[in-house]
Amino acid sequence: MELTNLTITQIHRALINKEFSVLELCQTFLDKIKSEDKKINAFLTVIKDLALSQAKKVDEMILEGREIPILAGIPMVAKDNILVENIRCTAGSKILGNYIAPYDATCIKKLKAAGAIILGKTNLDEFAMGSSTENSAFFPTKNPHDTERVPGGSSGGSAAAVAANLSVFALGSDTGGSIRQPASFCGIVGLKPTYGAVSRYGLIAFASSLDQIGPLTKTVEDAKIVFEAISGKDPLDSTSVESKISNFKFQISNLRIGVPKEYFVKGIDPEVENIIKNAIKKYEEIGAKIEEISLPHTEYALPCYYIIAPSEASANLARYDGIKYGMSKVKSQKSKVKSLLDVYLKSREEGFGAEVRRRIMLGTYVLSAGYYEAYYLRAQKVRTLIRKDFEEAFKKVDAIFTPVTPTPAFKIGEKIDDPLKMYLSDIFTAPINLAGLPAISIPVGKVAPHQNGGGGLPVGLQIIGKHFEEEKIFEVAKIYGNISNAK
Amino acid sequence: MISKEEVQHIAKLARLGITKKEEEKFARELSKILDYIEKLKEVDISNIEPTSHSIEMENVMRSDIEKSKIKNQKSKILLDLAPETKNGYLKTKPIL
Repeated sequence: MELTNLTITQIHRALINKEFSVLELCQTFLDKIKSEDKKINAFLTVIKDLALSQAKKVDEMILEGREIPILAGIPMVAKDNILVENIRCTAGSKILGNYIAPYDATCIKKLKAAGAIILGKTNLDEFAMGSSTENSAFFPTKNPHDTERVPGGSSGGSAAAVAANLSVFALGSDTGGSIRQPASFCGIVGLKPTYGAVSRYGLIAFASSLDQIGPLTKTVEDAKIVFEAISGKDPLDSTSVESKISNFKFQISNLRIGVPKEYFVKGIDPEVENIIKNAIKKYEEIGAKIEEISLPHTEYALPCYYIIAPSEASANLARYDGIKYGMSKVKSQKSKVKSLLDVYLKSREEGFGAEVRRRIMLGTYVLSAGYYEAYYLRAQKVRTLIRKDFEEAFKKVDAIFTPVTPTPAFKIGEKIDDPLKMYLSDIFTAPINLAGLPAISIPVGKVAPHQNGGGGLPVGLQIIGKHFEEEKIFEVAKIYGNISNAK
Repeated sequence: MISKEEVQHIAKLARLGITKKEEEKFARELSKILDYIEKLKEVDISNIEPTSHSIEMENVMRSDIEKSKIKNQKSKILLDLAPETKNGYLKTKPIL
């Protein structure tokens, strides 16, 4: 049995049957990280001693014959913008290069209480701004399916770690596609929950009206387990909401699936289009009703996103001032750093990388006097129209199916010098954040092998549901696995 | 097209130090991105309410009680993260 291939449910069963210990399991993962992470660079921090001591505690519980929660003893990793107490948390930025988290994020607190074992913190685009993990201030992460290609981003380290079997599951964050796009590029499952379903307390903020924490896993079943463990109202996040978890059962013949015509237009890779259409056909063959729908404001979603997200980011990132924590020039003896303003300017100049600076500048520009109405307020009104497109569509259908991205994983370096080209990677995922809806990416095929006789590049199907209908998305997504397994 | 002077002004508002070379780079890049987001001008937004959050929100209040025990432990942890402190306060360079 290859321990690192197992899913949460498989490990849970094996632990109860005492087929192996948690210590053995964690040691196997840590050894594998040590020998194999250098190929993909998914990790920024590996947490060894604490992981092993936590593992021993779960083993003791099992030996005492106590009932263990489903996540007890399960090795996991977290994107390095989610705080784990006493562990460095960089957000992929030099400005937080030596920052030690003073407390646990709420989702981490919940997972620790459930007995999950944190093996490390994973690489990301600086402050989660990017679609390739190339914007990390430390190093780029590589796609385990083809190491010349990006794993996607910004949760690229999390996706690569799970795809390379260096972790059973991972936490990521998704502001415009940062869980779903890397999940799609790496051939795993990734869920962006409904806005408010998971507490954002302890998540380093990027764009607060769009950010959500969610799981990256090997199966839909695992995504459901992790989501249920981390969701719920939190007094420490005023935007969090108690979601009604209901066991959603339905007959496939009653399932109405909407396919928006605006998501199958120029720019989409023909192979990706084929794979997505075949996946949709499989649902049709077993009795689901497929309907073409229209989301007329789709083409405005990305420009809308690139006003709202940088605006919120420019405000959120004002906190990195070189005074409270993080990189600082306050002690600089140089004649150029005399006043408080100099400390701000110099700390932020040295601390922030190119993409973060670009977005701070863009956000500051569109919010500045004289431009607020033309850009920000207009974008918020367009956001209303995008939200209403989905509301209208969900009057007719139960779920919406789209590709996650227009192309499979691209080459490292291919888009890094052209910000707009990089932004277009989020064209099918950003609208969902603007509307606050839950959406999952599941692997549904691979494009033909490109080189080195590799197994091809994964392609993800995006399943979008109504607000707080994660359970329905899981059930609909599971059907695909059942169809594939039956063959 | 954004001018270099505008770039300087924005950088100052953002409290972001930038180099001379970056002034040109930002002028070019931001202009390109702004051209792209100009697309929103095509949309008829008359009588449309703005959306700030995608789901309905309500204010959350807590009682205004000092948590002295937590305060002492936590404030030390937080202060220890600061580059410079004095007598339990953050220390900065002079404003003027």
